[in-house]
Amino acid sequence: MRAFDYHQVADSEQAIEQAVRRRQAKYLGGGTNLVDLMRETVERPQTLIDVTRLSRDIDETAEGGLIIGAAATNAALAGDARIRSRYPLLSRAILSGASAQIRNMATVGGNLLQRTRCAYFYDVATRCNKREPGAGCDALEGFHRYHAILGTSSSCIATHPSDMAVALAALDARIHLRGPEGERQLAVTELHREPGERSDLEAELQPEELIVAVELPPLPMAVRSEYRKVRDRASYAFALVSVASMVELDGETIQNVRLALGGVGTRPWRAWRAEAALRGQPATEATFAAAVDAELAAARPLPGNAFKVELARRLMIAALSQRLSDARNGGDA
Amino acid sequence: MQWTINGQVREAEVDFRTSLLDLLREQFQLSGTKKGCNQGACGACTVLVDGERINACLALAVQYQGREITTVEGLAERGTLHPVQAAFIEHDGFQCGYCTPGQLCSAVGMAGEFERGLPSAVTQDLAAADLEWSRDELRERMSGNLCRCGAYNGIADAIAASLGKEVVR
Amino acid sequence: MSALDKGRSGDNERSGDNQPAGVALAGDYWRPEGRPDPLSEKGRIGIGAPLSRVDGAEKVTGGARFAGEFIFDGMVYAALVYSAIANGRILAIDRREAEAMDGVVLVMTHENAPRLNTPPVFLRSPNGAAGDDHPIMQTDRVHWNGQPVALVLAETQEQADAAAESIRVDYAAEPAMIDFELAKAQARQPDNVLGGPAEITVGDADAAFEAAVHRIDATYTTPRHNHNAIEPHALTLAWVNESEGEGETLRIHDASQCVDLAVASLAEVFGIDAAQIHITSPFVGGGFGGKTLWQHQILAAAAAKLADRPVRLALSRKGVYRVVGGRACTEQRMALGADENGRLQALIHSGVAAMTRHNNLPEPFFQATKCLYAADHIRLSIDVADMHMLANTFMRAPGESVSTFALESALDELADQLSMDPLELRARNEPERDPTSGLAFSSRHLLEAARSGAERFGWSERSATPGRRREGEWQIGLGCATATYPYMRMPGAAARITLTPDGATVGIAAHEMGMGTATVQTQVAAARLGLPVEKVAFHYGDSRLTGSVLAGGSQQTAAIGGAVIAAQRALVAELLALVGQDSPLSGLAPDEIECRNEGLGAIGDGSRFESYRQILARAGRSELSVEADAAGSEELANWSMHSFGTIFCEAGVNGVTGEVRIRRLLGSFDCGRILNPKTATSQFRGGMIMGLGLALMEETLFDPRSGRVMNPSLADYHVPVQMDVPEIEVMWTDIPDPHTPMGAHGIGEIGITGVGAAVANAVYNACGKRVRDLPITLDKLL
Ligand SMILES: Cc1cc2nc3c(=O)[nH]c(=O)nc-3n(C[C@H](O)[C@H](O)[C@H](O)COP(=O)(O)OP(=O)(O)OC[C@H]3O[C@@H](n4cnc5c(N)ncnc54)[C@H](O)[C@@H]3O)c2cc1C
Ligand code: SF4
Ligand code: FES
Ligand code: FES
Repeated sequence: MRAFDYHQVADSEQAIEQAVRRRQAKYLGGGTNLVDLMRETVERPQTLIDVTRLSRDIDETAEGGLIIGAAATNAALAGDARIRSRYPLLSRAILSGASAQIRNMATVGGNLLQRTRCAYFYDVATRCNKREPGAGCDALEGFHRYHAILGTSSSCIATHPSDMAVALAALDARIHLRGPEGERQLAVTELHREPGERSDLEAELQPEELIVAVELPPLPMAVRSEYRKVRDRASYAFALVSVASMVELDGETIQNVRLALGGVGTRPWRAWRAEAALRGQPATEATFAAAVDAELAAARPLPGNAFKVELARRLMIAALSQRLSDARNGGDA
Repeated sequence: MQWTINGQVREAEVDFRTSLLDLLREQFQLSGTKKGCNQGACGACTVLVDGERINACLALAVQYQGREITTVEGLAERGTLHPVQAAFIEHDGFQCGYCTPGQLCSAVGMAGEFERGLPSAVTQDLAAADLEWSRDELRERMSGNLCRCGAYNGIADAIAASLGKEVVR
Repeated sequence: MSALDKGRSGDNERSGDNQPAGVALAGDYWRPEGRPDPLSEKGRIGIGAPLSRVDGAEKVTGGARFAGEFIFDGMVYAALVYSAIANGRILAIDRREAEAMDGVVLVMTHENAPRLNTPPVFLRSPNGAAGDDHPIMQTDRVHWNGQPVALVLAETQEQADAAAESIRVDYAAEPAMIDFELAKAQARQPDNVLGGPAEITVGDADAAFEAAVHRIDATYTTPRHNHNAIEPHALTLAWVNESEGEGETLRIHDASQCVDLAVASLAEVFGIDAAQIHITSPFVGGGFGGKTLWQHQILAAAAAKLADRPVRLALSRKGVYRVVGGRACTEQRMALGADENGRLQALIHSGVAAMTRHNNLPEPFFQATKCLYAADHIRLSIDVADMHMLANTFMRAPGESVSTFALESALDELADQLSMDPLELRARNEPERDPTSGLAFSSRHLLEAARSGAERFGWSERSATPGRRREGEWQIGLGCATATYPYMRMPGAAARITLTPDGATVGIAAHEMGMGTATVQTQVAAARLGLPVEKVAFHYGDSRLTGSVLAGGSQQTAAIGGAVIAAQRALVAELLALVGQDSPLSGLAPDEIECRNEGLGAIGDGSRFESYRQILARAGRSELSVEADAAGSEELANWSMHSFGTIFCEAGVNGVTGEVRIRRLLGSFDCGRILNPKTATSQFRGGMIMGLGLALMEETLFDPRSGRVMNPSLADYHVPVQMDVPEIEVMWTDIPDPHTPMGAHGIGEIGITGVGAAVANAVYNACGKRVRDLPITLDKLL
């Protein structure tokens, strides 16, 4: 790891001020991703601006949602009683990621902006467009079991590894940003970019822009939401495929549905196509299958991750069926 | 820079690159806390910071200034083993002993999380206010601590016994 | 109920009355007509007691100091730079930036490294502890992707790491054989496999196979594995002047499972006398075959010499993958031919394993097949595919762990074809004598272990037809497999016993890496000397102790046991020489003596007794120290000696996702006398858990384009976590082997064997899919 400067800041204003002043500065959350990547020399910031003293509060919004300070730890978020009862999929998603120790360290902001776990990205002796635009991608013909089948390009197939972000995508969370130019908001589904030709550009953030909060809009249907994660061992592993799901029925018709996928997309993958194909349709296996196929039609599998198409298909159908039976069993599920 | 380590205020000037783990092991010669991977992937470096378990290898020492840090060396009180330490010996919760300090700190942190009602990935009803100890809860919550010797059963037995609560199978 | 009180046999006779009072000297247990070690008898005081670990308190308080935790004054920290090509030459190393960095003390490359001799290789040279015979930082040649090409010393680890990262190396890459598929095409027969032939034939297996009514012919593949001991390899060393005029001593705190061999090898490398090297290794954070001698120790010692500073070198996790070899991948053909009754007519086990031309360990994947089943015609052969890779090495149950996957899966397939219970099929092929060597078995109670295990496990509930049991999304199946590992006792063991009025110290250059050696050997020595365990200290992990005992091949229990037997004899002889005329023991010969009640007594005569304290006092001695070499391991020539067991597994396969969860696992073992049920249970379970890893998730990803390991991390190389592991039941026959010290067999490795197949067979029984390619990941079951 190369030497760097460290600054702790008390609020977002100071953070941005420092970031603007310093060269090659990076914000430091829990460090669980950044420190790891610095050790591998994948990240080489000259300055770290510690933003863990920023707000970590979780507050009610006027609309009846919640707003979460970017420095809130993953553990605090997952354990919050309001999240657990109103947005259980978010708790489950966080709890099924990493380990208790890491969740105690990791922040909401850092989790959203954690970088891919692609082994070639981590190994500076290999070729990686994300590390070095134009260098090539050793994963394409190498090991890519954990890589994406959706949103890929010929230059990068790396998965966004976050579980939390998948739940947030399903919840239509909004990201509150602050930068030298002031504040703005962004739908979480707009935060991450698909790689295209420039896989090094991962988030729709301006230089020095800081995540200050994540807002969850009110969403009654989320009370019966779930997150299911499939991986190579029973715990403490990244997703091969995960599904965030919730369904609202009107009689036997799907009135509303949210589906998002982890482990398969170059970004947290909101299954817009499947949702569109489900909304207003009868809640039957056939509808589910058609909707899921509509989503996965765009999949570009490679030899090492082709199984994810079938796995994602099955998981989505199983999740929809399960949500359906939860909904039928009523509110006391 | 200053930290409170096992109840004692300790000072050192360190490189910003120094992890909390290396601070403990190299600066303060508290080598009880172990380095198994230095990448957050094994839990051998688990310590308690203000009572919460973290992986000291991914924590920059500078970031943890002023915090209360408890390591395996600080679990026993005045020569009396912490109940979980004694239970590890009784239930053979280790073999080589290298993952053990992390397991122990993790177990103590876990018990606190459970007391505070924090759920886990295997908690069926996340909205429920009351949690019930089960073997699965315990195993999931301890899954951030690898043991290559495979002392997992002994570890779970030891922790279950030290909790003083019934752990349903 | 704890694991200790369930499923254990043999604990019913441990009552007070029939406890023999003392322990006579062991006779020639290694001879056909020899007398068994008295400690192998049932009901021996202390033997079989669930003593908690003697080093427990140190391990739970953080007091146990591991090799990378020692400090020398003026010590500097090392970091390594690893090659990025698999074969070729170093053109240039740009070290200017590194040398200018803060705190940097030394940059060492092939250009300035001291001249070193090539290390002797394990299993090729009697002194060999090294993984391969490449010269170490002596030339510009690169032999594998990951080879150390530079070493940096700096005042802090942070500085050393940063400097190492700044070093740029230019290479001239040359063609490399790094694709196993291509290397296989040029496979060759190695000149030996563990010192024996690479091909073994009995009868004409190919013809018998062709003629058989029932046939299974399948290929099983197993990937590369890494040990992944949780403690990464680390050492702290210094060249010190121990005493005036004696020259320097190389003092090493290492994490080692072979202190003695390492000293011998290092002496050759540095061209110095072995007496000038001293290695201690009291605590080792797991070894599993990986903690022998690799380049890092040699480089650290060379750098320390060059810089004239003590050195701490702790490999990063990634470094361990680059520098320490793992288990080679294998492709195994199993061809079984059987008659209508399931009797095996032909047994063919052949295939290829990856290897290098610079080591001597063809992954010995036919080991288990040599001894397990009776067949009239057998052909076993191993070929190796030479690759440009880090030398492969021993990893827990080398051979057996992967060979039992192939063999025991194939037996399950045959049972299925025959519509026969898999245990019945195995029983029908239980051999009278070793099927390949023709020797009698010293102790084989496999069927008994299988029977009691089956009963305990509820094997009879298994449906012969796959896919019959369901719970929600889960399909549930049962599978079993035979476990086996040889008994070994290697030459070189010796022990020193030092007796004082307060007790005894037993010293031997053996190792404790978590196996329980220190605890169990304290127990055994106490029992043998008639002392309470509190009065016995067992010293180990120090090259200056006597003897040379490798912690490998599950041999330590027997090897140490044999040495202590010899030392007890020497001790008794010396004591008798001391007793003098007026002692009640006067005139007795050693073989008329037994150790009891903290002293010596005449066998069968309670009145003739004198305590050690009295004997020493009378002779005016404060201590008596004896040393003796263990008897040669002649037993291995007289019998076929193995441990056995049956693994039972209940697996759930998720019908939606293909995920496999192990719901129950039971091991029923026949490993001679169990000396400490508490530590033994842990050993068995630990092996079985590594077996679960092998079955379900472990694989070192070796990129066939670069020869580089692409998952050198505990995040990416999956080993089982707590949530993957059910409560594992362990039981044993506890039938002593009359031809081994204490009637015991080592138990460190057998646990991993059979598990891969037991899981694969359970998965098949659950869902009807046969996976012949490890690990059984969910994509193979979708
Ligand atoms: C072994 C291991 C296993 C893991 N398993 C999982 C898993 O299964 N599922 C999963 O989802 N995750 C997993 N993780 C990843 C973990 O969730 C992330 O490392 C963590 O969430 C990152 O949060 P942090 O606060 O530590 O981020 P940091 O490491 O501090 O920062 C990450 C990035 O975010 C930037 N950043 C941080 N805060 C802000 C902010 N407020 N505004 C703008 N930028 C910011 C940083 O500059 C950096 O680029 C695992 C990690 C490890 C080490
Ligand atoms: S997939 Fe993306 S991150 Fe991985 S090597 Fe290719 S370009 Fe780099
Ligand atoms: S050393 Fe920190 S998690 Fe492994
Ligand atoms: S006791 Fe050795 S790794 Fe856990």
